[in-house]
Amino acid sequence: VTAYARNPLKHFSNTALTLRVMQALESNQPPTHPRDSVTLAAGLGFYGDSWQPALAALERGHAQYGRPHYVCSDHLAELTLAILQKDRAKDSALGYARDVLPMLLALWPKMQEIGCKFICNAGGLNPQAAGRAVQAALAKKGFHPAIAVVTGDDVLSPISTLLAPDSIRSDLVFANVYLGAKPIVDALAKGADIVITGRVADAALFLAPLVFEFAWSLEQARDSQALNRLAQGITVGHLLECSGQGSGGNFGCRADWRDIPDLAHIGYPMAVVKADGEAIITKAQGTGGRVNFDTLRQQLLYEVHDPSAYITPDVVLDMTSLKLEDLGDDQVRVTGATGRAAPAQLKVLGGYSDGFKAELTWGFSWPDAWDKTQVAIEMIRTQLLERHIPHEQLFIEYPGLNAAHGALAPLPDAAELNERNEIYVRMVLKTRSKSAADAFGRLFPWIALSGPAYTCGFSGLHHASELFGVWTALVDRHQVTPLVKVEML
Amino acid sequence: VTEPEKSFVQTPNLKFRLVDIAHARSGDKGDWVDFGLFAWDAAGYAVLARVVTAEAVRQHFAPWLASPSSGAPALDVTVWPLPNLLAFKIVIKNALQGGAASNLRQDNLGKAMAGALLRMPISLTDAERSAVRAHE
Repeated sequence: VTAYARNPLKHFSNTALTLRVMQALESNQPPTHPRDSVTLAAGLGFYGDSWQPALAALERGHAQYGRPHYVCSDHLAELTLAILQKDRAKDSALGYARDVLPMLLALWPKMQEIGCKFICNAGGLNPQAAGRAVQAALAKKGFHPAIAVVTGDDVLSPISTLLAPDSIRSDLVFANVYLGAKPIVDALAKGADIVITGRVADAALFLAPLVFEFAWSLEQARDSQALNRLAQGITVGHLLECSGQGSGGNFGCRADWRDIPDLAHIGYPMAVVKADGEAIITKAQGTGGRVNFDTLRQQLLYEVHDPSAYITPDVVLDMTSLKLEDLGDDQVRVTGATGRAAPAQLKVLGGYSDGFKAELTWGFSWPDAWDKTQVAIEMIRTQLLERHIPHEQLFIEYPGLNAAHGALAPLPDAAELNERNEIYVRMVLKTRSKSAADAFGRLFPWIALSGPAYTCGFSGLHHASELFGVWTALVDRHQVTPLVKVEML
Repeated sequence: VTEPEKSFVQTPNLKFRLVDIAHARSGDKGDWVDFGLFAWDAAGYAVLARVVTAEAVRQHFAPWLASPSSGAPALDVTVWPLPNLLAFKIVIKNALQGGAASNLRQDNLGKAMAGALLRMPISLTDAERSAVRAHE
């Protein structure tokens, strides 16, 4: 058993069956989960998220459902690739979500011990480099998992040049197709313990192991039973892809959010899925947070647009027939998702460079704090004008007063604002000129001695940062499929 | 003394707000802000079905998101009912100054905009008020 743990038998790890055998051997106990179900655990919900709750899921498991068979981790928000593009421009060995390295160093020893696999999109713009970095980092610790890398989503040169409008084509910094579950399924079939992709539909990270384990029809799915299973799988993925948002984090309401216990030790959601697609959403025992009808509903409808047609590369999900049954004890049963055939076209998401911003937040204190901010703003406006600093907009908001809800936040009148202990104003310059953005911070320091009295702090002179616009398009599936590759490292 | 810009309209006949009967989450998708709005119970869902129309949501957000200084075009609001989840899906297009990576607001991802939705003033009949679970 110890030898297996140190030296995974790659030639044994080709099927789900041998995986389960190894799992039973390596964990020194028979699997506590029923053989006809697969348990998925949420990894990260974005680049920068915490992996402690994923580790807790591996270590603690669930009293009734056991430990996870897969951890699936989403590292890519819509514009994360814009950040990764800058990394890659500096160093061709970068361009991936680098938190995957410390995350796997923390998780993999436990994952290997219990036979759990890892699927993530942390490859970003450079899945190859991510795979090699993970391989090297784990090898240093004596681990040699089978690592698969999925590429082919990056279509900046081959396709976007044909599709993108002239006005933004030369400013595009990335363009990637949302791939589906197929290449991940292929990677698992090749025996991968760790699958690293670039852009794939977030929920496909979770659908893929279900398709693999249960041998569900994917590209051949036509009948309602096959499509509804995929729809269930996508629903499960969507409920888990945002980590803590599926278990009581960011639960938006008045008062009741306080009843969610121990957010400091939140357990990310786990899904126990049967071969017919029926799923229980739960979380690891002894963790904080809450999985119930309300917390899951908030995640289910998060960023889905038309709930009767949530379009993914693998199936079009209709949520209007979905049923969430609160079983109590942090368990919710998910049934009734309806699927329609996958679209003929895939979505391309691109980002284009769209100018710069520079921002600074400055505070003035009592007395007359409000009026002092107004005078300081005028001092900045005057300089922008008199120095002919090119800009499109000087955006102004007052953190602590109206930054979150704009004009919908009722502001007290000036007399009351002048009695406030302090007022902070946030000024953001939007400009096409990088040098104008770089120079913005230098308009401020003299205000400390030559402006209104009792300055009470400012946020530092920010460097300019680049703004990005979002470009989306549809591309025929058959144009993309030949580019997709699954490679074992 | 410079008075702050007063674009919040007090509506004294609407004594309640969505926060009294519902919970919500919001997020960004390109330049769209995307809300889930949830009744706590069936009686609350019936009230939401009456008061949460696309036009009512548009009017609520217009002073902020459609003001000339926001630089955004006219608000485009869609509302989908989900009786199976006692919920409504709401999408407002052109709401995020072009999207999260060009939005100059501190809340560039629109995560706090669900709170702005829950500020929406609503009316409740006496019968509705006694039927809906109290979240006041």
